[in-house]
Amino acid sequence: MTTRVAKAKDVKVKAPVMSDLKGQTLLCLRTMKEKNPASLATYEKLGGYVQLKRIVAEKVKAIDIINQVKVSNLRGRGGAGFPTGLKWSFMPRYFDGIKYLVCNSDEGEPGTFKDRDILRYNPHQLIEGMAIAAYTLGARVGYNYIHGEIWQDYEIFENALHEARAAGYIGENLFGTNFSVDLYAVHGYGAYICGEETALIESIEGKKGQPRFKPPFPASYGVFGKPTNVNNTESFASIPWILQHGGEAFAALGVPNSGGTKLFSVSGHVEKPGNYEVKMGTPFSELLGMAGGVWKGGKLKAVIPGGPSTPVMTAEMIQNATMDYDGLSKAGSSLGAGSMIVMDETTCMVKTLKRLSYFFYEESCGQCTPCREGTGWVYRVINRIASGHGKMEDLELLTSVSSNISGRTICALGDAAATPVLSFIKHFRSEFEYYIQHGKSMVDGK
Amino acid sequence: MLSAESIKRIDYEITKYPADQRRAAVMSALRIVQTERGWLSKESISEVAAYLRMPDIAAMEVATFYNMYDLAPAGKYKITICTNISCMLRDSDAIVLHLQTRLGVGFNQVTADGKFCLKEGECMGACGGAPLMMVNNHTMHEFLTTEKVDVVLEALK
Repeated sequence: MTTRVAKAKDVKVKAPVMSDLKGQTLLCLRTMKEKNPASLATYEKLGGYVQLKRIVAEKVKAIDIINQVKVSNLRGRGGAGFPTGLKWSFMPRYFDGIKYLVCNSDEGEPGTFKDRDILRYNPHQLIEGMAIAAYTLGARVGYNYIHGEIWQDYEIFENALHEARAAGYIGENLFGTNFSVDLYAVHGYGAYICGEETALIESIEGKKGQPRFKPPFPASYGVFGKPTNVNNTESFASIPWILQHGGEAFAALGVPNSGGTKLFSVSGHVEKPGNYEVKMGTPFSELLGMAGGVWKGGKLKAVIPGGPSTPVMTAEMIQNATMDYDGLSKAGSSLGAGSMIVMDETTCMVKTLKRLSYFFYEESCGQCTPCREGTGWVYRVINRIASGHGKMEDLELLTSVSSNISGRTICALGDAAATPVLSFIKHFRSEFEYYIQHGKSMVDGK
Repeated sequence: MLSAESIKRIDYEITKYPADQRRAAVMSALRIVQTERGWLSKESISEVAAYLRMPDIAAMEVATFYNMYDLAPAGKYKITICTNISCMLRDSDAIVLHLQTRLGVGFNQVTADGKFCLKEGECMGACGGAPLMMVNNHTMHEFLTTEKVDVVLEALK
């Protein structure tokens, strides 16, 4: 075991010092430069809720809003990257009954903590984005489902909802029109799987978070069996800016196929872990530089660019990559949720994979056999290697079990569980072989 | 019997859902009752189920599925430490060792005086502040050092 322990001081809920914002393009976190970033007064001072009021009062056509979102090239920020405008167009325009809106703030994929900063530093922009979406899609009620572990941030968001209601931005007959929308905060209580949208819907209904078979998709059968549109927190928070400046301006911030800015959660072996909001297409090296570079001047070994459900990359693979959908795809991985986990040369990839495999085993909901049985099997085999009792054929076994989970389950957790196993062994095979041959790590000798 | 305070809180949660979907409040109701009583006994879960007019088994399914609910006494202060990748890279192992040594318990054990319980948690979605831990589910302590852990423990009376 290493004896390095972080020496950073505790941080309360407040904006970081200005220098931390250098190089960032603050859009979802545009209140960060202010003294009380989360307050309604701050958001209003920066032009908050102006778009909602304009759209509702002027009765802007839903199709025009959806077109702006399409033009913006905004792709779902929860990890799947599905075009938001297209998703919105799937919601049935006419439906005899209530339609729902859901915001997915259940980030629990290791290394992902971007939505948390929107909730605690700029909750009103998220509320405005949700209200605009509700208007556009004809949703009467919206829920923001928040990860149970970030309880203090849940309370900040719920308080912001009370403020918005009191100020007349959500509720009945807004701005003297017949448009009404109710938004509520609800919470998870410790289940990674609820980040999957249909598991999340089950959880809102007060059930175990087990994903539903699709189709039907939430747009036709969602919360309480009604048409439901689910988007990620960062996606909703981008909407007010898009409508203020136009879809083209948003698209122009990024690169082709990846519009706008993106919040990157940078964690692990960097000097300044945290969230960095930058333009899509920002070079990896620039982002790493903003995060202060590799911890204690160490040497970069590997990066998981978008959370463990995206393939791990070696330093060589990522060093010249740009941080956007196509850039990371070309370099051999994927943007995911923008959860960049940095590992320096002291990192043992066998032990790291063991921890990730335990996570997926622990969090499998148990519904589909390949995932329920496979994740446990994978963990036991890696644990055997990490305890010094591995066999060379275990590497083929791990590859085969993982490949047989992938694509054979109702939801994407199965694929997510297979990805680290396959990519770690592919890119760091010699480390696994050494561990099996010597019964100890090539990196730390233990 | 659920306390008047718990019922008031649960009733607020029920207002978030359609009138015929009372059971949707079960996630919150279990959280509210656990916060008041420290853990969820079978009787507590049944009381929640009865109040929300749902089958006991449906409430039990929820209580057993989500890992922040405690189905056994978890001390006066439950300390949940994350050991997932981002915390591990910032040496959560040293924090775990320190907690285990200081409290004299392993994971899922309660100290002899019933004061502390130690749990290993999964990713809490706050990895920028790694290593980190939660006290009684709702208070997070980030950027932990062994010294800081001591300060937090001292403050828990």
